[in-house]
Amino acid sequence: MTSMTHPEQGSESKHISIAEPSILDLQNVTISYSGKAAVRNVSFPIAEHKITSIIGPSGCGKSTLLRALNRMNDFVDDVSLEGTISYLGENLYGKDIDPVTLRRRIGMVFQKPNPFPKSIYRNVSWGPQINGYKQPLDDLVEHSLVQAALWNEVKDRLHESALSLSGGQQQRLCIARALAMSPDILLMDEPCSALDPISTSHIEDLLFELKSQYTIVIVTHNMQQAARASDYTAFLEMGMLIEFGATKQMFTVPRQKRTEEYVTGRFG
Amino acid sequence: MQKSRVSGTPYIDNLVARRRKARLFRTLCAGVTWLGVVLLGLLLYQAGVDGIKWLDWQFLSSFPSRFPEKSGIKSALFGTLWLIALIAIISIPISVATALYLQEFSSKGRISRLIELNISNLAGVPSIVYGIIGLAIFVRGFQLERSLISGALTMSLLISPVIIIASREAIKSVPVNIRHAAYALGATRWQTSWSHVLPAAFPGILTGVILALSRAIGETAPLIMIGALTYVAFLPAGPMDAFTALPIQIFNWVSRPQQEFHELAAAAIIVLLAVLLVMNAAAIYIRHKSEQKLK
Ligand SMILES: Nc1ncnc2c1ncn2[C@@H]1O[C@H](COP(=O)(O)OP(=O)(O)OP(=O)(O)O)[C@@H](O)[C@H]1O
Ligand SMILES: [Mg+2]
Repeated sequence: MTSMTHPEQGSESKHISIAEPSILDLQNVTISYSGKAAVRNVSFPIAEHKITSIIGPSGCGKSTLLRALNRMNDFVDDVSLEGTISYLGENLYGKDIDPVTLRRRIGMVFQKPNPFPKSIYRNVSWGPQINGYKQPLDDLVEHSLVQAALWNEVKDRLHESALSLSGGQQQRLCIARALAMSPDILLMDEPCSALDPISTSHIEDLLFELKSQYTIVIVTHNMQQAARASDYTAFLEMGMLIEFGATKQMFTVPRQKRTEEYVTGRFG
Repeated sequence: MQKSRVSGTPYIDNLVARRRKARLFRTLCAGVTWLGVVLLGLLLYQAGVDGIKWLDWQFLSSFPSRFPEKSGIKSALFGTLWLIALIAIISIPISVATALYLQEFSSKGRISRLIELNISNLAGVPSIVYGIIGLAIFVRGFQLERSLISGALTMSLLISPVIIIASREAIKSVPVNIRHAAYALGATRWQTSWSHVLPAAFPGILTGVILALSRAIGETAPLIMIGALTYVAFLPAGPMDAFTALPIQIFNWVSRPQQEFHELAAAAIIVLLAVLLVMNAAAIYIRHKSEQKLK
């Protein structure tokens, strides 16, 4: 198990530095369910207007970590977080941060599609509406659906139930719904796991497009996707950060042997 | 039991026995269901045979009287309709709000478990006990006298636990990921509950409400306890008026010696059942509509 050395104990410095300014900064983050750590002592920055992917085997804590970034873990019973996550310099878990306002600015697409049992239109318009969006909703709905590569399939049935869509369409609807809020940061938990290659490439194109306005953190099991789409990659294993770095470097000259084994599929 | 034809598999192919068991179970369930239907049918038949000849406009539009031919259920029917409306207005908002609070807002600590336990217990308290409480609190304590409002408040006490329990179950069964979707869009707990949880729970809540209201309009004991009148020859004009209700009228007629009054009671039972049926049909219709909307 020599290859399992934690980067912090290895050659990497404690503070991993990146060229760009960071919008989120994780410092020694440990997240536990009922006292059992699912994420252990993880530190890395998330660069503004870049795509950061989180990869790692199933159950290694990717979703847990992602949910910590917009405080969705608040809804899980008996979960605790140590360490700090700062959002533009402010402690995300500080007293003066209102989680409701925070989630408006840090949006999320979940691992499983979870559309509201309402019309397609309402799914997209509800978020902006409750948050006091003043401009015409029709334009926003159309724009968001176009961005999520769903518009052409649903433009004639906007007022039908979202549950009548296929799984992949539902997931794109969820992406559109998150985009309609124009968040600062978009957290995506395996957004393409239910999608066909064509929709997947649509979504990847979308990620590139969105990069100029948004910061994106994406969890993925698809190595090609991580390699193609992201600027930075964090590799987790059993809750620990094995390696973090620029994607290109991680996929060509990884510093850790485990990383190499994982990204090349020789994982075992 | 036969051994599987595919040799070497560790399964024993006892499909025949399993199918037989399934068939037996289905027959049993069907039998029990039909027994209920048949008993209900017999009851309806009995009431129908006795009561149908009295069931005419005169019966619906007359006040009770000493003479069976002149007797009717006008005041009782109006009393029952008044009661349903008042009970619904009082108990639905309170019960649904309570259920929502317990399920979505309160911390799941010891106190909320205690409240939960108590509500379950209240649902099992005999109705006569609610009658006594109603008499002490509403009739005497608040000096509401033997009025519709006293009756409605008492009945609301009686059925609220049932609505709360049904509503909580309905709210609990709304998938948690719908809530998460709403929270992730920057919704508050209230916005999430109002826009997503309650609408999704609505069909279940409605079922609970209708069951509870149906129970309320058939209850006699608490109304007798708080002193609903048995002979009322006027229509209540407002919630503060004295009243009678169908079950009380039925009870009153059944306890008379003359055969004609027993038949009048049977006719009133038909009317009571018809009211129940209309309520249930309305509920099914509304539920169907709302489920269509959710699909
Ligand atoms: N709500 C929860 N309560 C208790 N334990 C949990 C909960 N959610 C996750 N865990 C545990 O935390 C660990 C990490 O789970 P997590 O969902 O973050 O993994 P993941 O990396 O997203 O996996 P996958 O790729 O399969 O989605 C797992 O061991 C899991 O059992
Ligand atoms: Mg996950």
